[in-house]
Amino acid sequence: MAPKVVVLDYGSGNLRSAERALVAAGAEVMVTADSTLAAECDGLVVPGVGAFGACMAGLRGVGGPQLVAARVAAGRPVFGICVGMQVLFASGVEHGNDGAGIAIWPGVVEPLVAPVLPHMGWNTVAAPAESRLFAGVGGERFYFVHSFAVQHWTGRAALLTWAEHGSRFLAAVEDGPVVATQFHPEKSGAAGARLLTNWVNTLTEA
Amino acid sequence: MTVAVRVIPCLDVDAGRVVKGVNFASLRDAGDPVELAAFYDAEGADEIVFLDITASSSNRETTLGVVRRTAEMLSIPLTVGGGVRTVADIDRLLRAGADKVGVNTAALDRPEFLTEASDRFGAQCIVISVDARRCATTDSGFEVTTHGGRTGTGIDAVVWARRATELGAGEVLLNAMDADGTTAGYDLELIRAVRPVVRVPIIASGGAGSLADFEPAIAAGADAVLAASVLHFGTLRIADIKGALAAAGRPVR
Repeated sequence: MAPKVVVLDYGSGNLRSAERALVAAGAEVMVTADSTLAAECDGLVVPGVGAFGACMAGLRGVGGPQLVAARVAAGRPVFGICVGMQVLFASGVEHGNDGAGIAIWPGVVEPLVAPVLPHMGWNTVAAPAESRLFAGVGGERFYFVHSFAVQHWTGRAALLTWAEHGSRFLAAVEDGPVVATQFHPEKSGAAGARLLTNWVNTLTEA
Repeated sequence: MTVAVRVIPCLDVDAGRVVKGVNFASLRDAGDPVELAAFYDAEGADEIVFLDITASSSNRETTLGVVRRTAEMLSIPLTVGGGVRTVADIDRLLRAGADKVGVNTAALDRPEFLTEASDRFGAQCIVISVDARRCATTDSGFEVTTHGGRTGTGIDAVVWARRATELGAGEVLLNAMDADGTTAGYDLELIRAVRPVVRVPIIASGGAGSLADFEPAIAAGADAVLAASVLHFGTLRIADIKGALAAAGRPVR
């Protein structure tokens, strides 16, 4: 049976492409803010574009932080994408202000330092050999669009995938049931489709 | 680990149909922007740009339908520009499936529109489209034009590009109106003039004609290259453009 995936709808951007890409990856997908559905699904996708603070405000509006924390505590899969990855960290520095994140992981989302920003386009990643997410696509390019990122991992041992734009930053984290990508797999062509399929396939094992 | 040079086909869309000559034997309907965009996705395009040149606002619904159907087909980002005047216009396009929205005349009329749009949706999805042509009256030697390059504004194009990004645009689509349609190569002087004054990515547009034209645009400071007629006529294929860039030492996907 196809795993049930909820794309959390808290008013952040275009969710249709994530929905469509996850369906293509083999999931049964609902785009909703319903807390019961989001709590009980096999996999919860936390999307996010734009500003860290705006995304956190939107998430709080639908009880997102508690929802994500409860799923993580119960070992239930969560996948954060772009700012949906960033909000899983303790805080984000934006316009000089420090805003609180959901704090599943320690660490700060900070501005990238590079001659050209946003970091916009297709970049390579350095994924660990044992990564499930990047199986078969570790050598591919993925589509990034962001100016902020986590540049230092201070959490417990996890599978870390790094990329570089000006400085080195976290392109993806795989920490048990919680995974996240700074890039947009749903916009990353065939490579992104494969990565999402890799994730959806892990949901049926849980 | 360097971000790849993006190769971006641009489709001019009028009332839901692709204009400018398009001729691909493999397409059932080469005038259908949905089918053409999917074709370019499969060809290896890194993004797609739609320029909506629909004159009448009553046809905007047609455009939204086209954006919706195109976004359904694509596995890469889609930018839509043309006729974007309000925050509500941007909202509708993003909801229809656009990832980025190009803003042009409305920002010239009211520059704070860029800040409003950027605050609401994030700078990463607001592209300032600058239609520049050579002139004798500005410091940089380039002025901003409107109405497809026919009307000069007297505004210095380089100053405007800088101001627009300071106001909130996250990318510059730099259209060289003098070079547009000439296939004589990108306007490298224009790119060189804008590069030092903006921090955001620059998409070079206007003038692409041969494989030798692309790398110099990158060397001049562009992050991405946009092409229309050379692709639509089948003169060049995306893989050939990327091959030429790679041969010149530029990273491509």
